Amino acid sequence: MEHRVKLSARLEQIFVFGFLVWALQMPSFAQTLGVSVPAATHGWTGGLNFHAEETKDRLENQYPELKIVLVTASNASEQANDLEDLLTIHQIDALVILPFESAALTGPVRNVERSGVFVTVVDRGLTDPSIHDFYVAGNNSEMGRVSANYIKSRLDQDGKIVILRGMPTVIDEQRFDGFMSSIVDTGIEVLDSQYANWNRDDGFTVMQDFLSRFPKIDAVWAQDDDIAIGVIQAIRQARRQDEMFVVGGGGMKDIIQRVKRGDKLTPVDVLYPPAMISTAMELTTIKLLADAPIEGEYILSSPLITEQNADDYYFPDSPF
Amino acid sequence: MLILNLKSTGPFIALCLVFLLGVFVNEAFLSSGNLANILARSSFIGIVAVGATFVITAGGIDLSVGSMAAFISGCMILLMNALHQSINSISIIICIAVFASIAMGLLAGLINGLLTTKARIEAFIVTLGTMGIYRSLVTFMADGGTLSLSFTINDVYSSVYYGDFLGIPYPVWVFFSLAGLAFVLMNKTIFGRHLFAVGSSEKVALYSAIDTEKIKIFAFMIQGFCVSIATIIYVPRLGSASGQTGVLWELEAIAAVIIGGTALKGGYGRVWGTVAGALILTLIGNILNLTDMVSNYLNGAVQGLIVIAAVVIQQRNGVQAKS
Repeated sequence: MEHRVKLSARLEQIFVFGFLVWALQMPSFAQTLGVSVPAATHGWTGGLNFHAEETKDRLENQYPELKIVLVTASNASEQANDLEDLLTIHQIDALVILPFESAALTGPVRNVERSGVFVTVVDRGLTDPSIHDFYVAGNNSEMGRVSANYIKSRLDQDGKIVILRGMPTVIDEQRFDGFMSSIVDTGIEVLDSQYANWNRDDGFTVMQDFLSRFPKIDAVWAQDDDIAIGVIQAIRQARRQDEMFVVGGGGMKDIIQRVKRGDKLTPVDVLYPPAMISTAMELTTIKLLADAPIEGEYILSSPLITEQNADDYYFPDSPF
Repeated sequence: MLILNLKSTGPFIALCLVFLLGVFVNEAFLSSGNLANILARSSFIGIVAVGATFVITAGGIDLSVGSMAAFISGCMILLMNALHQSINSISIIICIAVFASIAMGLLAGLINGLLTTKARIEAFIVTLGTMGIYRSLVTFMADGGTLSLSFTINDVYSSVYYGDFLGIPYPVWVFFSLAGLAFVLMNKTIFGRHLFAVGSSEKVALYSAIDTEKIKIFAFMIQGFCVSIATIIYVPRLGSASGQTGVLWELEAIAAVIIGGTALKGGYGRVWGTVAGALILTLIGNILNLTDMVSNYLNGAVQGLIVIAAVVIQQRNGVQAKS
């Protein structure tokens, strides 16, 4: 018995000593920044992850005292678990989060904020906007309006169009409502709108069916570049590329390249940059390290990308 | 001698009804362009589902087919782009990629088969595992984005999807010839009879000196082969693959098999029923796109209703046939 007690005391000493050695070798970080984003499940989130990784490497090189923990989640409840881990295990000082869903993550992010962490929310705002300390986002309804204005001017306020929507989410609603509000008083007729789930295959099939159904289409609003790629392929198959043009959205390099080439089928694109995660990470780092005033909202505009300015938005190394 | 079994006609009756619904909804439905689109589109799920008919008949299940298709597509694209550096003839590049695709499909099927039989793990768990593995691998290969086939190759290769023979698109020819072969294999060969036996009772099959493990492994390899064929005609359509490719194909394929009258618990398979099932699923999507009578938000509900109705029709006919 006595022997056993001695042994356990000895083991304890070894553990404590081992821990001290380990702890001393760990570089001490002044500040830890947690970044939580959705996993790369489609083109846009792929771009998001690419820019997040790249920004993490750059910032950590630039500021040795900064540690960045980047986690990706494939659904809302996984992301809520991630937040708990960031808080308890990594003891983050600031959080940059692109919430999977606004409503589901409002509670979990509030918990993080209550424990004194600086919270930056990206793109999808929480249901309670008082939670975030800083908000970085693209402007979805402006994206819809910019697209509508271009189509309006090209069609001279009059013509038949079809719309391919994303998925039934807040982002899609805002784009759609922004678009529709800009064409109310015009002669532009929306023949139909269907969900294409932000992917190429559905863009292709939905457009094929629109093409069989409507003998005359003047323009297509695809609102996403992945959908647009499928749409273009369907239009080519039907050999109707001289009849209409396609307006996508996002800023995918393949589409920007077509715009740059002066392709008649895709004359423009509307920016909705996944690189907004870099903006959020950079500014939050400044807040952490320099304690400069970073507050309120930072809304990126959605400019129209044309043949003339396409060079400024072309990133050949990005996966998006 | 032709015996008309009402149970086996169930899926075709359902198919006719859905077809009539299409005619009723929009006159554009019957245009030759639309019909060609539907047939070509259904060939992916159809071909995968023909393979699934074998696995399900043998009493197994394969959840990995969608991810497998995405993974093989990604590998084909990377391979073709890499070969483009050294080989000038594009047709040779495409041939190599096609053979590589078939080899990968067979290998993937073999892995699923060996894990279920030799390692004795439930097919559901094995294929759930491989499903996750292939899906992540393709996302990793694409850096979370999209893998695109080089334009010069795709210009040649795209005719495999968009080309036609006697006015019928190539994918449809492939789909129906594969289904014909599968029908013969399942209904006219010893392998087919053994497959039914393994599916209805593995123990009895084993005592009847049937090598049940071999039969099951073959079933998974046929599934892998079918996935690779589907991939070979899928890649030229858009010339790209991503983490989104083939999502939920496994469920659509299983649904097509069940709508077609194959028993989910195994022991009984119908290849032509599966073909009808795949056509029904594609038709529903097409009809919903051709009408604005149904709110976009309810598309899923309508799809679910029609699938259930199609199976009910088939069951009804089964009951009549028995009595």
